[in-house]
Amino acid sequence: MNPRLRWRKFVSNFMLTMTGCCALVAVSVLFFILGYLVYNGGISINWNFFTKLPAPVGETGGGMANAIVGSAKLLLVATLIGVPIGFLGAIYLAEFSGSKVAFVVRYAADLLNGAPSIVIGMFAFALVVHPFKQFSTLAGGFALGIMMIPITLRSTEQFLLAVPRTLREGAMALGASKWKTIQTVIVPAAYRGILTAILLAFARVAGETAPLIFTALGNQYWSHGWTEPTASLPVMIYNYALSPYDDWHRQAWAAGLVLLALILIINIVARAILSRGISVPRA
Amino acid sequence: MSTSSTILPSAGPVAGSRSFFGRLREGDEIVRLITFLFAASVVLITLLLVFELWQGSVLARHKFGFAFFRTSVWDPVFEQFGGLPFIFGTLVTSAVSLLIAVPLGIGAAIFLAELAPARVSDTLEFFIDLLAAVPSVIYGVLGVFIVVPLMRVYIQPALKNTLGFLPLFRGPAYGIGFLTAGVVLAIMVIPYIISVSREVLLSVPRDQREAALALGSTRWESTWKVVVPFARTGIMGSIFLALARALGETMAVTMVIGNTPAISASLFSPGYSIAAVIANEYAEASGELYTQSLVELGLVLFLLTFILNGLARILILTTSQRGSGMGNA
Amino acid sequence: MHASVRPAVSVNITPPVTTGAHRETTAPAEMRMSISKVNFWYGPKQTLFDISLGIATSKVTALIGPSGCGKSTLLRTLDRMHETIRNARLEGEILLDGKDILDQDVTLLRRRVGMVFQRPNPFPKSIFENVAYGLRINGSKVPMAEAVEKSLRHAALWDEVKDHLHKSAYELSGGQQQRLCIARALAVEPEVLLLDEPCSALDPISTAKIEELLVQLKDLCTIVTVTHNMQQAARISDFTAFLLTGQLIEFSPTPQLFTKPSDPRTEAYITGRFG
Repeated sequence: MNPRLRWRKFVSNFMLTMTGCCALVAVSVLFFILGYLVYNGGISINWNFFTKLPAPVGETGGGMANAIVGSAKLLLVATLIGVPIGFLGAIYLAEFSGSKVAFVVRYAADLLNGAPSIVIGMFAFALVVHPFKQFSTLAGGFALGIMMIPITLRSTEQFLLAVPRTLREGAMALGASKWKTIQTVIVPAAYRGILTAILLAFARVAGETAPLIFTALGNQYWSHGWTEPTASLPVMIYNYALSPYDDWHRQAWAAGLVLLALILIINIVARAILSRGISVPRA
Repeated sequence: MSTSSTILPSAGPVAGSRSFFGRLREGDEIVRLITFLFAASVVLITLLLVFELWQGSVLARHKFGFAFFRTSVWDPVFEQFGGLPFIFGTLVTSAVSLLIAVPLGIGAAIFLAELAPARVSDTLEFFIDLLAAVPSVIYGVLGVFIVVPLMRVYIQPALKNTLGFLPLFRGPAYGIGFLTAGVVLAIMVIPYIISVSREVLLSVPRDQREAALALGSTRWESTWKVVVPFARTGIMGSIFLALARALGETMAVTMVIGNTPAISASLFSPGYSIAAVIANEYAEASGELYTQSLVELGLVLFLLTFILNGLARILILTTSQRGSGMGNA
Repeated sequence: MHASVRPAVSVNITPPVTTGAHRETTAPAEMRMSISKVNFWYGPKQTLFDISLGIATSKVTALIGPSGCGKSTLLRTLDRMHETIRNARLEGEILLDGKDILDQDVTLLRRRVGMVFQRPNPFPKSIFENVAYGLRINGSKVPMAEAVEKSLRHAALWDEVKDHLHKSAYELSGGQQQRLCIARALAVEPEVLLLDEPCSALDPISTAKIEELLVQLKDLCTIVTVTHNMQQAARISDFTAFLLTGQLIEFSPTPQLFTKPSDPRTEAYITGRFG
């Protein structure tokens, strides 16, 4: 073996090992994050965290009960806005529309999807907060809902389009109207993918902070109804992490663990539904 | 007997009355209309968004014109707003993040696509996709509690001692600043580069690599000189995607960058980014000009990410088309 | 006599140019490569059974047989390309100029034994760079332009591309791309050139050009080609091996195999009764 070949082989083995290292580094980051969160969050989670309101500045013993409920309310509003628009819009694209309209709608959805979340926050502020001079759960939910739309829309459309022609034709040959076909054949056939899309969109916005900063703002106490500002997990994490208080830092870790656990579980479940075909009962 | 759940239409002569089919069609028409309205609302919302950004910055745009992009004074009291520090900060942090994330990401993608057996590759990809799902505020928390101290205590002093002659690594090092933000951003965008590049590399036809091997290439040579160039447009697309994400990232950056509108050659210096300043100041901005200047910054950000995402999509599509049909018989 | 009565393995059929055996009416040719008792598994499934044959120097050897008979698999063992597949296992001896290829460095081997694939697969580079690729990675000191021209001339492509050397290889037609791939393989001056159904993706005119080319290339290097086109094998090859379900049924000089095959299965195949 001549020296040049030896060198080439050495380079080959070396570089390929390096790529393995790169992959290792990338994956280790995830485990590192998880490990750190589990450790620091785990020791800070206690019953107080889930049941108490935030304590006054400097005092210990508070919790994030209002933030947990607040996040739940925000996500509810977001889902009620994002899912119908995304789902029904996708049905239009997949079943009724011509290619030009479809192109425009898809393009708009992609634009929306690519918009930075802070810009969406500004938009929601201008539309919902400013006119009513009021930070509110609705405004926050609106911002998050807008972010859910493109994800739900594009994924649902893809899954609807993937339903084989023969299924549709079979139904129509029996005299079913388009709507009946959609309702009883197409959507059930695409059910798994659609559910996955909704779950992934949900998980995506569950962790968003930026759009909430000037829509839902924050609240030390319970937020009543839908038109008051509300605390939310991501914003609490943000505020507490930057504060100078150790107790708040601990709570930030705990909240981070809860939030991440929620998001990762949803992600894993969503992928499992899609890939292994866990059957989902029809609602 | 209810027939509402069956596919067959309700009882009636086959040669149905006009009103029967009319009803059917009407049902479809209503559904078509309703779903159209929902689809149209997507377009409406997007148009409204662009409109709000444009209109909401009109005062600032007219008052400052293009000087907005050149001036660095940001003074709410005297109503002088120049966007340069934020644009600078956004670009610098994104550049640093890409410098770190691109080699690591492409390296990892090469490993996953070319070397790892299919099951290992899929498993690792699963974890990397999970990494992409981690919300940015959590990266921010990790940045604040782990990366910043690491930077302050170990990395920045080390850099100063070794490379301190470069203006990049001078000045007081408190752990926050451009470099730290860039590092945190790098961690956030790596999953995007890896998963898109991996897919693109996997779609390169087998016989490209085999032809290179058959000519006596080593494995690395066949990967680096043939497979990767074949996939290069797609890989570029993944980089653009990552860049778009880095540009728009708010929380993680604002937690570690220092939030000071400073322009500096040193990476240790605290700085600001467009997204961070909007997050910090928009809610309390008093005065139309102040608010509108912030909106103008948002408009700039929106346009940048819009262009990058569009380019990314074209590039990625081009590669996958190349793989399926090349050459004319 | 039924085929079931006959032993199926090549052991009973002495190839005309095996080491040591002289059963040949023509002068014993040298053998560039010899294959002895090669068995091949893909995972648990065995796809080649006890194959032994010799590849004569400066001649064209064709491997024919119905789909799935193992001819491509056999071809790919000759430059150890089977190693790119994870579950592949090879047993037996394959000699190049008397030395076992399994003992040599694979990268060096592949310079000496080149391969052209079924579908043209030029690199996403210019015509020039495609041909120069092999030379560059080996750090060849030869002036590149001359070497490229030489290879393109050998591949009967020079006149068509000499003014367009820096255009992308993908702008060529299918037949031209395949000739480019041949030029690319020839550039590193291999002793053996393996071609896996090189014309199956091409139109008849390009096919004819390449067939002509292969016959001319004999002087330059030994040629082994897999083809599912019997007429092609009859036209261009000097020796033909007929494989069926992983076994070597018959291996003879081409005129003999096609006019007086010794095995009824060969006869059935070449007369089109199956395949």
